[in-house]
Amino acid sequence: MSETKEILLYAEITRSKYIHTVFFELAQKALELAEKLGGCKISALLFTEPNQLENFKDGFFKSGIDKVYVFEHEKFGTYNTDLYSKLAIELVNEIKPEIMLIGATNEGRDLAPRISSALHTGLTADCTDLDINEKGQLAATRPTFGGKLMATILCKTLPQMATVRPKVFKPLKEDIIRTTEFEIRTPSLTDFEQRTELLDFARTLENEINELDSAEVIVAGGKGVGTTEGFALLKDLADALNGTIGATRGAVDIGLAPKSIQIGQTGKTVRPKLYIACGISGAIQHLVGMQDSEKIIAINTDENAPIFEVADLGIVGDIFKIIPELMKHFSK
Amino acid sequence: MKIALCIKQVPDTTEIKWTEHNTINREGVESIINPYDVYAIEAALQIKKTNPATEITALTMGPAQAESMLRKTLALGVDKAVLISDKKFAGADTYATGKTLSRAIQSVLPDFSLVVCGQFAIDGDTAQTGPSIANHLNIPQITFVQEIIECTNDYIIVKRQADDGIETIKAKLPALICLLQSDKEPSRALINGFKRAQMAEIPTLSMENLGLLPEETGIKGSPTYVSRAFRPIITHTSEKIFYSETSANTLKDKIFEFMAGANE
Repeated sequence: MSETKEILLYAEITRSKYIHTVFFELAQKALELAEKLGGCKISALLFTEPNQLENFKDGFFKSGIDKVYVFEHEKFGTYNTDLYSKLAIELVNEIKPEIMLIGATNEGRDLAPRISSALHTGLTADCTDLDINEKGQLAATRPTFGGKLMATILCKTLPQMATVRPKVFKPLKEDIIRTTEFEIRTPSLTDFEQRTELLDFARTLENEINELDSAEVIVAGGKGVGTTEGFALLKDLADALNGTIGATRGAVDIGLAPKSIQIGQTGKTVRPKLYIACGISGAIQHLVGMQDSEKIIAINTDENAPIFEVADLGIVGDIFKIIPELMKHFSK
Repeated sequence: MKIALCIKQVPDTTEIKWTEHNTINREGVESIINPYDVYAIEAALQIKKTNPATEITALTMGPAQAESMLRKTLALGVDKAVLISDKKFAGADTYATGKTLSRAIQSVLPDFSLVVCGQFAIDGDTAQTGPSIANHLNIPQITFVQEIIECTNDYIIVKRQADDGIETIKAKLPALICLLQSDKEPSRALINGFKRAQMAEIPTLSMENLGLLPEETGIKGSPTYVSRAFRPIITHTSEKIFYSETSANTLKDKIFEFMAGANE
């Protein structure tokens, strides 16, 4: 038998029952890594309730996945750390993938370190770049020290594991049609001791895909916006540009904006086509979450604000003057 | 019940500056308690408030200077503190750190009920050490915890931030929880806290004390290592203008230029 190397991707299924978009971003990166490795199999790990697989098949067909390990059980309607990690660990021990990639969602960030730790292997969190070095190792690059330093991390053991936040990698450019093999497994969980239980769930986002993930224009505000009226102004601008609004942690902390739209190290990572930063000084914790935006415009009264260093266009001035004037151009 | 509180001293990352030689200058950078660990301390103290029989032991792995941070937690009402310190721990990644901390918990608190950690450390920002500890102790974990609803001797109920909403989760004890930030006002030192903190004996545990081998800890016991560190490249070429009556017009043109250009 020829030894085929394998890259295993975790296919997270959202509560609304679709494949999380980060999976397609991982799939695109896996295709690149496979090519650099001189060809290798790309597989996916899927947990689902029975009779649901048909809903997901198309996503796998289109993203160049060679094989999907489908674990079916009634219990796989909701994520459970112990259960998912136990089965993932068993699968990795059986198929021995070279690399395993997981989306850095809250679910992925809960699952991945549990798996890597049990497998006595390394895991690099929140990678912004993945590459194969001259020795054929996974070179995982990530920001550290609050984004002040980038570190490329290698792993001595297999599988080499990494998590990647949504929107850090670009999704598949086009459909990669492959023949996907689905191997269905129906684990008996009779000896599984359930130690955690989901008692209740209160939805705070319409779906798992925050508007910040898909918006082409984001108008974001910091503490400098000052008031909720200020944020209403940003919302008007965002609406005029068919975009959405975001906020810094500082603005969220003082109650100007909800946590769900926080951008930065402890919030979302975004990469829109245009990012308009209003009253944002540009603390590094915020910059790491938005500096990969294609174009950045910054408006701030402080001419020395660090945000201007990452901006394509910086305007030193007051948003309460500039934005209302700008809005006049749109209502005409 | 006995609580193991895992905390970390970190450099204040907002203070870190680059030198002209493209190296990080940590000189004059203050060491602070990891901000997320402040919420972990609060959570442990909250449990102690409702159940006064609770005993909280703070553990930290770090250099000798981390002892000052442990004393501050004692002043807040934490009962005991242990410093896990050895040159051989240097360079530990999250796997090796999790292993070392779990070994310390087993050694100091074999009858623990709950391990409380912060969700992230602001220097590494991996959010991996908590789950690594839970794995090494073979206990359930709940990450991204916003709030503790109830904690008895047998179970804990918490609210957890999921990607799409808030989950209420119950875990059997012993378990590990990782705390996110909360809106609660942080505790102040107790009236006699400082005195107690200064008097307290803080034992130091070395690699040998924990029965670990050199290849099981520090850089040797870590599956990952840093092969290269570099300064992030910022590619945006900044054009700065000062506000004038034409600013709004310039801004409008640029917005359309950027939106169109990005579509190409």
